[in-house]
Amino acid sequence: MANSKNLMRIISAAVALAFVISWIFKSMNGMEDTTWLNVRQGALVTIAAFLTLSIYSFLYGDNPFYRFAEHLFVGVSAAYWMSLGFWSTIVGNLVPRTHPAIADFFQIAYSQDIPTYLRLIMIIPVVLGILLLLRLVPKVSWISRWPLAFIIGTTAGLNLPRYLQSDFIQQINNTFITMLPAWEGFGSFFSNFSFSASGQFAMIMSNIVIFVGVVCGLVYFFFSKEHRGWFGVASRIGIWVLMITFGASFGYTVMGRISLLVGRITFLFHDWLNIL
Amino acid sequence: MQKLVQRAAIFFLALLCIGITPLLAQSGADTSGSAMDDMAQATMADLPVPPAPPTNVTVQDRSNDNGTGVIVRWTASADEGAAGKVLMYKVYRSLVSDAPFDQWVERGQVQINGGEYSYVDEGARDKDKSDYFPKGVDLFYRVAAVSADTFGLSASSDPVQSADEWYNTTRTTVLVFVLVFFGFTLYFINVAKTGKSLYVRPLAGIEAVDEAIGRATEMGKPILYVLGLGTASDIATIASFSVLGRVAKKVAEYQTPILVPCYDPIVLTVAEETVKTGYSDAGRPDDYKDDSVYFVTQSQFAYVAAVNGTMLRELPATNIYLGKFYAESLLLAETGAVTGSIQISGTDEIAQLPFFVVACDYTLIGEELYAASVYLNREPILMGTLKAQDYAKAFVLFSIAVGLLGRVVAPDLLHTIFNIK
Repeated sequence: MANSKNLMRIISAAVALAFVISWIFKSMNGMEDTTWLNVRQGALVTIAAFLTLSIYSFLYGDNPFYRFAEHLFVGVSAAYWMSLGFWSTIVGNLVPRTHPAIADFFQIAYSQDIPTYLRLIMIIPVVLGILLLLRLVPKVSWISRWPLAFIIGTTAGLNLPRYLQSDFIQQINNTFITMLPAWEGFGSFFSNFSFSASGQFAMIMSNIVIFVGVVCGLVYFFFSKEHRGWFGVASRIGIWVLMITFGASFGYTVMGRISLLVGRITFLFHDWLNIL
Repeated sequence: MQKLVQRAAIFFLALLCIGITPLLAQSGADTSGSAMDDMAQATMADLPVPPAPPTNVTVQDRSNDNGTGVIVRWTASADEGAAGKVLMYKVYRSLVSDAPFDQWVERGQVQINGGEYSYVDEGARDKDKSDYFPKGVDLFYRVAAVSADTFGLSASSDPVQSADEWYNTTRTTVLVFVLVFFGFTLYFINVAKTGKSLYVRPLAGIEAVDEAIGRATEMGKPILYVLGLGTASDIATIASFSVLGRVAKKVAEYQTPILVPCYDPIVLTVAEETVKTGYSDAGRPDDYKDDSVYFVTQSQFAYVAAVNGTMLRELPATNIYLGKFYAESLLLAETGAVTGSIQISGTDEIAQLPFFVVACDYTLIGEELYAASVYLNREPILMGTLKAQDYAKAFVLFSIAVGLLGRVVAPDLLHTIFNIK
């Protein structure tokens, strides 16, 4: 146990020394011009490189460097979001509609053009917010369920027509496609036959795949009927369609993730080590 | 003494310069007066001739909106075809019809399209916004035909006032669907309440929950339940709460620890209530630990870093990811796979499902997540809703079949009905 602790101390010291040396080297670049600017820039780049490598050390397993970066990241972001929430929601939306003195205190402009009823309406979210905070008082914490019920109920109600429109009716509308686009008979079809994406054959196949895919996909999501017989066959085709779609989506998204990795690698090798 | 003389000389020279300059300027003006007149005449002759202004500027309040739009129409300039003399049209707005031109505000530009000439002037409803659209006041519009050098300005339109409507007629289809869906739901809830058995097909992912909780109990390790990055109002998160309630009841019965790291403070509050209720339903309210449901942060990747760290340190036997997930899905699921946990996932985010399918043992795809809560609880209200959803899907299949035939008979009719603005 003692040995592993000592080993960890030695590794930590070596890593710290390596990054201090890195800082010195980064700071020495163009030292003649703006010394302190370089020292500060060198420190920022070195810290960013250290934190990047600390997060990457997760690939090895849990270790003190990863834990340090994780806790720093969580702590800083939690504080940042809390501060942002306060200044954007309470100070940004509520304070300008309360009273000029309060707006002056926060050094923001008081909204004079807002009618009185809109000012009074702001009392409702304030009261709901206070009720929500009452959960910190054990004796009356049950009151916090009221604003929760309001939040969930209201937003579920508001979402219903929105989802119905975008995910349901609009999807049906987009599935109204013809199976034989630009059809002028078999003669024209064979004489102008082409495998190109804009060709008639590809368009016909595309529309058929859309139609069959939508119908079979819908059948898969029937929950109150057993998937047997022709229903089972359609359901099976539906899940295949879904899996093929997922495969394509997976490849597409992974390519996006690779570009993020390239960005970090570029930072390490170009901005930090200057070897790219 | 010498310096004093130098300064006096400079002072007098400066006075001389100041006095002479206007005289020089005046004499210059005098001497070149006739030349200036000639130049002015030449400039007047070279001034670009403005194109003929647009005519018949008509205005109309945009229907089916909340008083934030006016449609402006006009007849094209007579010079439009004359060798590209008119390049575009500009639409101006003022609160006074005879205001000087510098008080007319440009609202938009319309390129030459050779067809219908109209522009929708729209803005925001909120008075705080910079593009606030004045409602209930007279607005006047003028349209300018713009050439390369100048423009021809139309006469002012008649006044128009924007007004909001109570009912958006383009969304009648949505209303019909809502009523139909409500009808189905109420009917099947009543059917379920009568005690009639309604079939729900088995969902492998949900059937595995009990097995996964049992495994965690045997191993003496916790269960990690991740609700994702959604808010308490997201449907996927609400569905996840239902499953969480069931899982909490089971872990309370088996006395297995549960960890619920939360991303959103409101979700944290609901999750706490849900888990507490689960423990109470199991008859073990005192076993609930306050630190089993906890807030992490609202930063996406900091949240991932924290949950991944928890996985590595606590080594949970089972990870359940149900809710709304984004780019963090693969990071979480991959780490869980590395630590050897049984993983059950489900989301309605289509872009993230592939990652869960790849890295998890069981995945609830899209609507299966919503059905999961029904499958677990089997309450009449939920059963009725599920049955209604299936009938809605049957209605979709029917509509698509009709649409297929409709393409042959009346191609545009169905699109008109289903195309909602």
